[in-house]
Amino acid sequence: MKRRKFVKKATLGSLASLLGAEIVFGNFLPEGYGLLGLQDPDPFKMFNKDSQMVLLNDKPWNMEAQAHLLNDDVTPNKFMFIRNNGKIPEGIDVANWSLTFDGESVKQEKTYSLNELKSKFKRHTYQLTLECGGNGRSEFDPPAKGNQWTIGAVSCAKWTGVRLRDVLADVGLKDDAVYIGYHAEDTHLSGDPTKEPISRGVPIAKAMQDETLIAFQMNGEDIPLAHGYPLRLIAGGYPASASGKWLSGISVRNKVHDGTKMTGTAYRVPCKPVAPGEKVLDEDMCIIESMPVKSLITYPKTGAVLTKGKSLNIRGHAWAGELEVSTVEYSVDFGSTWQNCTLQSPTNRLAWQHFSASINFPEEGYYEIWARATDSKGKAQPMLLPGWNPKGYLNNACHRIAIKVS
Amino acid sequence: MDNSEKVREIAKKLYRLMLSIFILFGIIAAMLIYLMADPTLSAFKSDDSVEGYVTVPEKNQIDPSNQDFDKIENGVHVRTGFVEGEGLMLVVNNCTNCHSAKLVTQNRMSKERWLATIRWMQETQNLWDLGNNEETIVSYLAEHYAPVQKGRRQNLANIEWYELEK
Repeated sequence: MKRRKFVKKATLGSLASLLGAEIVFGNFLPEGYGLLGLQDPDPFKMFNKDSQMVLLNDKPWNMEAQAHLLNDDVTPNKFMFIRNNGKIPEGIDVANWSLTFDGESVKQEKTYSLNELKSKFKRHTYQLTLECGGNGRSEFDPPAKGNQWTIGAVSCAKWTGVRLRDVLADVGLKDDAVYIGYHAEDTHLSGDPTKEPISRGVPIAKAMQDETLIAFQMNGEDIPLAHGYPLRLIAGGYPASASGKWLSGISVRNKVHDGTKMTGTAYRVPCKPVAPGEKVLDEDMCIIESMPVKSLITYPKTGAVLTKGKSLNIRGHAWAGELEVSTVEYSVDFGSTWQNCTLQSPTNRLAWQHFSASINFPEEGYYEIWARATDSKGKAQPMLLPGWNPKGYLNNACHRIAIKVS
Repeated sequence: MDNSEKVREIAKKLYRLMLSIFILFGIIAAMLIYLMADPTLSAFKSDDSVEGYVTVPEKNQIDPSNQDFDKIENGVHVRTGFVEGEGLMLVVNNCTNCHSAKLVTQNRMSKERWLATIRWMQETQNLWDLGNNEETIVSYLAEHYAPVQKGRRQNLANIEWYELEK
């Protein structure tokens, strides 16, 4: 009797689901990921990254672009850097994904499903520059510990979502709110479920800006897994670590958020300038807010050999954290003389700006093209490394490419 | 009459049951054969659905029973990229459980700062007490991954020259 029931169930019910399950599973398998998981995972295939991207770390995943890969006006996924602090969440269940608002400064705790967020609030799309606070770390002397980013931990994609401000208004805030901190579904490298790999945030004024989004799309599609699928915070112009991925919670705080990597020396620089290598006490370190002015020459790729007498058209992008870029100049004589580039206005606030110039080289030889951007408050990129800091953040020294004219 | 009807009924049921079982096993067998031929189920995947939303392995997995597991080639421990030296295996066994070896090998620190990094990991990242091995580990790191003076700006290096067509 029992056996008969089992067989009947097996034939009628499980048959379809068995087949169905196998096919669905096959659909979701990342390309190049074997069934037994014993093959070496190829992060370039797994995350749809271009093979010229540079892998810095495979646990957690960290990958950066090269300057010439960032030539697109809008950065596509294949050229977007990955900076992870923990393990990517497994078995993401979009149907049951939710975002909970809590903390000292909410009038009451409130939870939204992903669908509610998408349908209840007006959608906005902005192109937003995200740069890792440690971009350029590899150049500091004495060296700073951490992933040794060169220049490629920056991107400017189109993000679609709802304004954090609109959702906060719906939640209802108390007057004493000063900071928001995010919570996410990535897991700690040590496997400790009580530890958050990262839980950073922004001052309430930044949270209230038009461009600060709870995003669910990147470049018109679902956010790729490595970049926070299905939901993330986007706070352009701030260190990208403020834009939490795999977002599941936001705490509205009545004090500066004290989550993982908000305290101590993480994403902080000395409040006052220090000599290279100097010891700095934790209480003398200040949280990084706006990123500094910076630019990248994205065409041509460094190493170009030109024929004498031909002009070279360079192009690239410049950005200035919370500010706008007012000028970009170039030099081919190691900074002795500077010429203006043509500079476009940003598509929207906090988007990078494109620059171009046509260069004629006076004679044969080895040249370096240097680019220098100046922000709307008159601050320009330094040609040498900026002020040393213990964790190697905020290197905005001018970008250089090598050229030969023969 | 009742009996023969019943027998016929039972026979019919039995026939259907056997047929179902036969079909079920047939399908399972077909699927298994297909899996042998195409273990990644590539035929069911469309070209653009390559984003993996299921499980993302964080680390290369190599079978520890493989004899090449701890192979050293040209002075480098192949599996991790660590250079050969006294304390190598202690470093491999203690410093690659949570994070990648790449996080170590891309960094350069003095003995004092390597030790400070270990203390930080013990205080905040659940690193265990290294006991008597600590001195060997720190010495290995300080010797093989020591800082190099870079000055305020280095020359552009590793340039791959190419003709720019235009």
